[in-house]
Amino acid sequence: MSEINPDPYLARYASRTRGMTASEIRALFAVAERPEIAFLAGGMPYTAALDYDAVAEVTGRVIADMGPWALQYGGGQGMAELREQLVDVMAAEGIAAHPDDLVVTTGGQQGLDLVAKAFCDPHDVVLAEGPSYVGALGVFSSYQADVVHVPMDDDGLVPDALEDTLARLAGQGRPPKFLYTIPNHHNPAGSSLSERRREQVIELAEHYDLLIVEDNPYGLLDFKGETRPALRSFAPERVVYVGTLSKILSPGLRVGWVAATESVRDKLVLLKEAADLCQSNLTQAIAQQWFATQPWHEQVDTYRAVYRERCEAMLGELAASFPASCAWTTPTGGFFVWVTLPEGVDTRQLLAKALRARVAYVPGSAFFADGGGATALRLSFCYPPPDRIRDGVRRLSEVVAGELELAAALYGTRR
Amino acid sequence: MNPAKVAVLAGGLSMEREVSLRSGSRIADALRDRGHAVTRMDLDDGLVDALVAADVDVAYLALHGKAGEDGVIQSLLELLGVRYTGPDAVASSLAWDKGVAKGLITRAGLATPPWLTLSSDAIRDMGAAGALDRILSTPGQAVVVKPAQGGAALGVRLVDDASQLPAALMAAFSYHDTVVIEEFVAGTEVAVSIVDGEPLPPVEAVPRTGHYDFSARYTHGATEYFAPARVSHDVLDACIDLAMRAWRVIGCRDVSRADMMIDGDGRPWLLELDTCPGMTETSLLPTAAHAHGWTFDELCERVLAAALSRAEVPTAS
Repeated sequence: MSEINPDPYLARYASRTRGMTASEIRALFAVAERPEIAFLAGGMPYTAALDYDAVAEVTGRVIADMGPWALQYGGGQGMAELREQLVDVMAAEGIAAHPDDLVVTTGGQQGLDLVAKAFCDPHDVVLAEGPSYVGALGVFSSYQADVVHVPMDDDGLVPDALEDTLARLAGQGRPPKFLYTIPNHHNPAGSSLSERRREQVIELAEHYDLLIVEDNPYGLLDFKGETRPALRSFAPERVVYVGTLSKILSPGLRVGWVAATESVRDKLVLLKEAADLCQSNLTQAIAQQWFATQPWHEQVDTYRAVYRERCEAMLGELAASFPASCAWTTPTGGFFVWVTLPEGVDTRQLLAKALRARVAYVPGSAFFADGGGATALRLSFCYPPPDRIRDGVRRLSEVVAGELELAAALYGTRR
Repeated sequence: MNPAKVAVLAGGLSMEREVSLRSGSRIADALRDRGHAVTRMDLDDGLVDALVAADVDVAYLALHGKAGEDGVIQSLLELLGVRYTGPDAVASSLAWDKGVAKGLITRAGLATPPWLTLSSDAIRDMGAAGALDRILSTPGQAVVVKPAQGGAALGVRLVDDASQLPAALMAAFSYHDTVVIEEFVAGTEVAVSIVDGEPLPPVEAVPRTGHYDFSARYTHGATEYFAPARVSHDVLDACIDLAMRAWRVIGCRDVSRADMMIDGDGRPWLLELDTCPGMTETSLLPTAAHAHGWTFDELCERVLAAALSRAEVPTAS
């Protein structure tokens, strides 16, 4: 027999790896990351805006003062003093919590992973906005959950659509395990849930006995410094809250947390210990010292000003150069603008053309588990400087205009 | 062989950058294991300075796609007087454009499926959309729509229903402004690799989804491979003969891979000629070498030896 098998483990893989295949889009991102490309695709915080002398000082002090502890294993729930600081970070948005409610995780991402691991069996239903955060969709997929999307508009998740979905799923005997939502400066949509809708979502959660997983990476990054009431503030017992220091300090520290009721928290601590024993003491101590000794509110203000300027650059150039038939969101904070192109254009296919023009975005379909988002794309303004953003948007506008012309000629809408 | 100073060139700005980086890593590891002094280089604005400073014996090209396979880097290396693996600049540019290569192959009397090329300019400026109903006008017919330049099956679509043609054209135009629309040959997908003039066993690729697309090519286990292909000896010989003749028509050297389809009558049809074949774990050339009894290290070293056997090129003036 002449069969050649390049992967002898094929029959052994778990069924959850089945969707994990090489993709054309992912391959294209190898090009997108080259410096020649205006990279409007990534959600990397602009960490160059940090005060590096202060970071060095804090890090040096941690090693000098608490080296043996910092380089040792730690507890599964995370450093107690850090959890106290994280409660203060939540308080800056008006969110009440106790240090004992918190479990420190490797970024908010591990928080999402542990929550999904705690609640999801294969084929359980998870609700998420459409579009939703691609990293969360990846987590839900790895636990073989079925994601059902709930539409959103400029004011965030649409409560009527949520109610319809909950009623339909109840009728099918498939109540969702939870609703995953990013109420503030949504990734990728760029919109925020209005206050009225927050109340409606909580009312629906009470009525349908729905658990909410509230992911809040961008709450403190409102361009005007405004804060919105967290869903957790309305009904702490119905909400598992996920926070992160990645956007207000550094993603390199990998410090996030989950705030939950005692019973859920206990499960998460055990799952955390099973996953990686404990959070790094070293990075926890650096984070703790940062918040205890540095003017961290000023650092957040600095980030906010950087992102506001970049967002204005992006929105200004979109208005100046994008075809009139395209629409986009107007963020009041966060990192992202969601652009919708006319029907007939597939943003997955358009990506290669954009890369040839040296600009990168993320196709909208990445943010849907059900094949949606074909005509949408996400632009990030967080990382490149304003001139680069304007240049990238201008180049993308030419690509889009060319594609619309070609689509019109091919599909005959011009006749 | 004697240890050589080798620059492995991989990456670049082509859409096949990821595949190229994977090929390059494996080649660099293999050559280091064989005792060669290996430097990895990307295609960027520091390349010429880096090549001059490194003063290498040979450049091993692990580049796929534009600027790596189209003759551009080959011409530059000739200008610099650096020996490199694979076909020269002229052969590379002839094989690179599928329309050009198919034309040469047809004129030499070799079998390649009937095709036409179509440019986005013709669609946009000459009303070519009005002529699309002439394609797929026969029931049961199918065509493959592909960018005229590019590899790794990026932007390639099989179309058997005229209504899918515009979307397939849009996908292909995303990668290149001219597309090749080629009559689909149903049958067995086979690749014949040639190393330094020696044909390796034809490899049959059987994608589990039925489509040998990007995912099927680069996901472990998504495609079953058989080498030699499960066809008669006569058909194997016909495949090798076709690949060898195409190698000569284009003017290849060192290494190439001919992709073909064997139809229901056992006749091979040449689809394209790849002058810098993929070297990833799931790629066809390493699979053929394995079936031939060569390790991956040995394959790399044979290609290297072929390039080193040439006299150093004089710097173009």
